[in-house]
Amino acid sequence: MSEKVKVTIDGITIDVDPGTSILNAARQIGGDIVPPAMCYYSKLEGSGGKCRTCLVKVSKGSEKDPRPMPKLVASCRTGVMDGMEVQNITSPEVIEARKGVVEILLINHPLDCPVCDQAGECHLQDLSYEHGVANTRYEFERRTFERIDIGDKIQLHMTRCILCYRCVYVADQLTDGRQHGILGRGDASEISTYIEKAIDNDFSGNVIDVCPVGALTDRTFRFKNRVWFTKPVDAHRDCPTCKGKVTLWYKGEEVLRVTGRKDQFGEVEDFICNTCRFETKNTSDWVIEGPRQIAHTSVISANHYEMLPLPVIKQNQALIEANKIEFDRASKI
Amino acid sequence: MEPLSNRKKVLEQKPMNFWERLYLPAIFQGMGITFMHMFKKKETIFYPEVEREFSENWRGLHSLKRDENGAERCTACGLCALSCPAEAITMIAGERQKGEEHLYREEKYAAVYEINMLRCIFCGLCEEACPKEAIYLDGPIVPADYLRKDFIYGKDKLVEDPIGS
Repeated sequence: MSEKVKVTIDGITIDVDPGTSILNAARQIGGDIVPPAMCYYSKLEGSGGKCRTCLVKVSKGSEKDPRPMPKLVASCRTGVMDGMEVQNITSPEVIEARKGVVEILLINHPLDCPVCDQAGECHLQDLSYEHGVANTRYEFERRTFERIDIGDKIQLHMTRCILCYRCVYVADQLTDGRQHGILGRGDASEISTYIEKAIDNDFSGNVIDVCPVGALTDRTFRFKNRVWFTKPVDAHRDCPTCKGKVTLWYKGEEVLRVTGRKDQFGEVEDFICNTCRFETKNTSDWVIEGPRQIAHTSVISANHYEMLPLPVIKQNQALIEANKIEFDRASKI
Repeated sequence: MEPLSNRKKVLEQKPMNFWERLYLPAIFQGMGITFMHMFKKKETIFYPEVEREFSENWRGLHSLKRDENGAERCTACGLCALSCPAEAITMIAGERQKGEEHLYREEKYAAVYEINMLRCIFCGLCEEACPKEAIYLDGPIVPADYLRKDFIYGKDKLVEDPIGS
């Protein structure tokens, strides 16, 4: 392993391995300075560089060549250099550019969030809420497609797709014998399978998890319930094909759906197989580990009473002392 | 005991004089006031025969609206139930079949939509949260009833009548 390189992102310096992308360096720091990513997926090789939401400004190229980069660069595809200085949220130029990117991503998006099953865990929703503008300037008709059933378990709403290509990489890298891809070019491109060929591969269900929007959704969960009314519970099972570590989404006693465990960047920790995802929806199939921790900023955590003690108290020593009784009660629960 | 504050006031009670000890003048004065009220304008009304006019921002019984074609606007997105501080709203979504386009506006609709009127506090947050302008609290006062189950209002009571019925 060669020497580490020093990179400064929004004034925070970190030493990373050479060859790391700016986005991954920012993820190692964590917090607010991590650029959002719609198409990049760390578990999928070659992903990234398509959605342009992760644009950052490089104000100093490297120690040897301190000139800034002439344009904003996609941080998921740009490697770090020694002494590089990057601006993300500290640069008004980046914030402005991101607004434009969100507007373009939303040009053809139907905004049917009240109907969409992804609502509540949709990255595009989060992104546009955080960075977008309230109105669109687009006056023309949005492109629409018919819903397609890919097999009996997966449904494709091409209308909602933002062409991030993540599902294509899943099909390429996880499943053998690729069966779906992008047809057409540019404005006319769409995700499809030739003659709606069913995907019957063990890991095809992962396209649902990697899809940042509601374009690929679980047909077995279609309109069953809204995400924020279900209760996520970590569980595992002895699975011969995958690691079997999943999140079960309960409504009452019933498991409504099974997904992979998503980390703070919305990426699954382990890809799961279709048997785990679609076939085993009984509590008896699983070993329950406990409730899944959901970020309190997520709508999924609404009305889930596991926020005690409040995050603000957790860090403040004086408040911890003052709320000792409440703490004890919470730990008892 | 030491007074805790200096706000204590010592009242002097004088002994009553002869007229005060008779009590009769005070009694007649009081009856006079009562008698006078018989000729004043009455403040009460005979509800339910007579109803008061509701104010502009009155929030009463919920109604689920239809659009200009008579199709139900609600798409069962669950935002009303999410925003409800009393957790009074529950719903089950259904998928619109072919040929039901005149009944439901979007491809998803509320197959079951229930509001527990005993839980509801009529805060109007559901109305505010609704992205489809489907629910409004524009009805009358929720009537009294005898059984708890009768206060759980389903779609039969909530959805407004179709146009021209």
